[in-house]
Amino acid sequence: MNKLWLIIKREYLSRVQKKSFILTTLLTPLAFLVFFIFVGFIMGYESDEANKIAIVDQDNMLKRAIKDDGKTFFSFPNASLDTLKAQTARGEYNGVLVIPALSDIQAKELKLYYYSDDQLSLDVESAIESAVSSRIRDFKIATMNLDPQLVESLKTSVEIDPEPIAEGGEDISSMRTAIGAGLGFIMGIMMYMGVFIYGMMIMRSVMEEKTNRIVEVMISSVKPFQLMMGKIIGVGAVGMTQFLVWIILIPLVSVFVNLVFGFDPQQMQSPGMAAAQMDPDDMQSMVMMAMQELGSIDWWVIIPLFLLFFIGGYFLYASLFAAVGSAVGDDIGDSQSLTLPISIPVLIAFYIMMVSVRTPHSTLAVWASIFPLFSPIVMPARLAFDVPWWQITLSLVLLLGTVVFFVWLSGRIYRIGILMYGKKVTLKELGKWMFYKG
Amino acid sequence: MANILELTDVVKTYQTTKAVDHVSFSMPRGSIFGMLGPNGAGKTSLIRIITRITQADTGTVLINGMPLNDDHPEDIGYMPEERGLYKKMKVGDHLIYLARLKGLSEKNAKESIKHWMEKFDISDWWNKKVEELSKGMQQKVQFIATVVHKPSLIILDEPFSGLDPINANLIKDEIDNLRSEGASIIFSTHRMEQVEEICERIVLINRGQNVLEGGVKDIKQDRKKNLFRYQIEGELPPGVLDGKEVIDRSPESLIMRFTQERDSNLFLKSLVDAGAYVQGFEEILPSLNEIFIQTVQEQGMTIEEPLNTPS
Repeated sequence: MNKLWLIIKREYLSRVQKKSFILTTLLTPLAFLVFFIFVGFIMGYESDEANKIAIVDQDNMLKRAIKDDGKTFFSFPNASLDTLKAQTARGEYNGVLVIPALSDIQAKELKLYYYSDDQLSLDVESAIESAVSSRIRDFKIATMNLDPQLVESLKTSVEIDPEPIAEGGEDISSMRTAIGAGLGFIMGIMMYMGVFIYGMMIMRSVMEEKTNRIVEVMISSVKPFQLMMGKIIGVGAVGMTQFLVWIILIPLVSVFVNLVFGFDPQQMQSPGMAAAQMDPDDMQSMVMMAMQELGSIDWWVIIPLFLLFFIGGYFLYASLFAAVGSAVGDDIGDSQSLTLPISIPVLIAFYIMMVSVRTPHSTLAVWASIFPLFSPIVMPARLAFDVPWWQITLSLVLLLGTVVFFVWLSGRIYRIGILMYGKKVTLKELGKWMFYKG
Repeated sequence: MANILELTDVVKTYQTTKAVDHVSFSMPRGSIFGMLGPNGAGKTSLIRIITRITQADTGTVLINGMPLNDDHPEDIGYMPEERGLYKKMKVGDHLIYLARLKGLSEKNAKESIKHWMEKFDISDWWNKKVEELSKGMQQKVQFIATVVHKPSLIILDEPFSGLDPINANLIKDEIDNLRSEGASIIFSTHRMEQVEEICERIVLINRGQNVLEGGVKDIKQDRKKNLFRYQIEGELPPGVLDGKEVIDRSPESLIMRFTQERDSNLFLKSLVDAGAYVQGFEEILPSLNEIFIQTVQEQGMTIEEPLNTPS
């Protein structure tokens, strides 16, 4: 036990004290923020060139009035179409828009003509369409002698509030579903990244030990299994440290950025459309509701469960990566062909996780979250959706059994692999090693 | 128990190759013991069994009369042929780590390492990273790691490979010191001339089998052919060779065989009496290399080229 502790300590400290580790850990949250701000900026990017458009309104439906939207400027010059076309060619306008008369007042379609040598951009096209369509609507209301208020009242906004049937069931808002999905997605991604980043780290480290031949000195002092476990636990602790720092740093950094630059990265993530169509009051109440829902989630249940699945999944895959690392030594090509069989279940689990977030109680989601190769990634994604306890228990028991089995299996491969040099290793070969005697 | 190590009928098979084939030998406490044989003979496999890196298929290994157990690795210092250290670690930290894995407390480890580093005059390396050291320098660090926990059994696999003569001598001297402090040392090598002068006892291994075991002196005495070399300046006095068996004759030396060893001295006396100027006289003993080749041939075996097993 004492030796295992020494190994864990070395594996942990040798990584945590590295400059590169400190830099990555501190800079990753910043990089994430910069990335999101950048993406937000790109998504929210609007054309900065103003468009001047001359309108020829053949039936005077628009009454020479139309709303400009800041980038597109309409005018109603008293000139013939040909003159306007010539002026457009000279660059006085970007284009000429011809609005023909409606065939009849109830016509539901109207084709407009746009004359220009420039390509009509999507932004400009939708700006013109919505501006003209809204004016024609006004024209129709006026022509039909309708009461604008009555017309407005035809629109009804519908919203679903799920209610439980069972006595004492929890009243869940649809907001809760969205938050659950978001939370599940984040946890699923964390699992996926954790397994790969730290699994690979272990594999590389085992390969290095084997290649520089320290391993024989080591296992004349400790058992190969101790060495492997020490590495897995040490690297796992590194991962936990990194996550912990990020969990603290990301909110801090985003608050800081918000204060200094005066914008909220959260808003930047859902740029343009969503934010623009919602009036500020709605936004505020949404945020309030979201906060309330976040508060109502059983964190004390979800976080420990998440950690359990994280640890289980980590041990399961990390031990396999260690076994592969021990088998291949310094041959990168070999390591790729052997990591593929490990990566495939992780990838499948990742895609099932994405689906499970949307349909957390589908047959696929339920069984994938019980199957131990997928459960570490799929189950956390479902945790926010009141998963029945029997499923969680079954999943955890199966996971535990599988972890024990895989760690044992990897230990068998590892102890042979680390001393085996100059042999091309295949999956079949690995299979044989499991049955070798000490 | 006079023997620190006793192997009885040890067998180890890798898939199809028998790396160790019914090997038995014993090693007296406090001796320097040579384990000799060509590459791939099974020396490293044997060492890995003694150091508990692998297990024998059958047979017993006793250390101080006790079957191998989990406490033994702490009493063994092993320097493998393929040596390596964590490149990014500092020399001092690295040695402390390895010493602590051998069961030393942090304080004892530090003291012992400081002592050794002073001995090798490398105290200023404490904070250097291993990767900054040359190969030969790393070898010294490795040697310290092997002996830092004062093991009673030290196993050195090809300890001099890659060392310059000065450092090789330094290590040789330290090995002698350790022995006089009571340690038992196993030398494993395929360079038999290297151990001829150091080792008291040897075991010769070929193709996984023990082909010869015993004290170096005894082995040489047993295999000697009663050949004697006389170095003589000038002409031989006439008649002295009458009735004697001459093996080789050159202007400077004369090689003779006598069935009775003492006859060599009588012949020397007759040479001197006849007025010859004898500058040198020695008995020609076979080298371990010769003995090895001869023994292998006598037993109808061949010397295996390096096998495709861990060497």
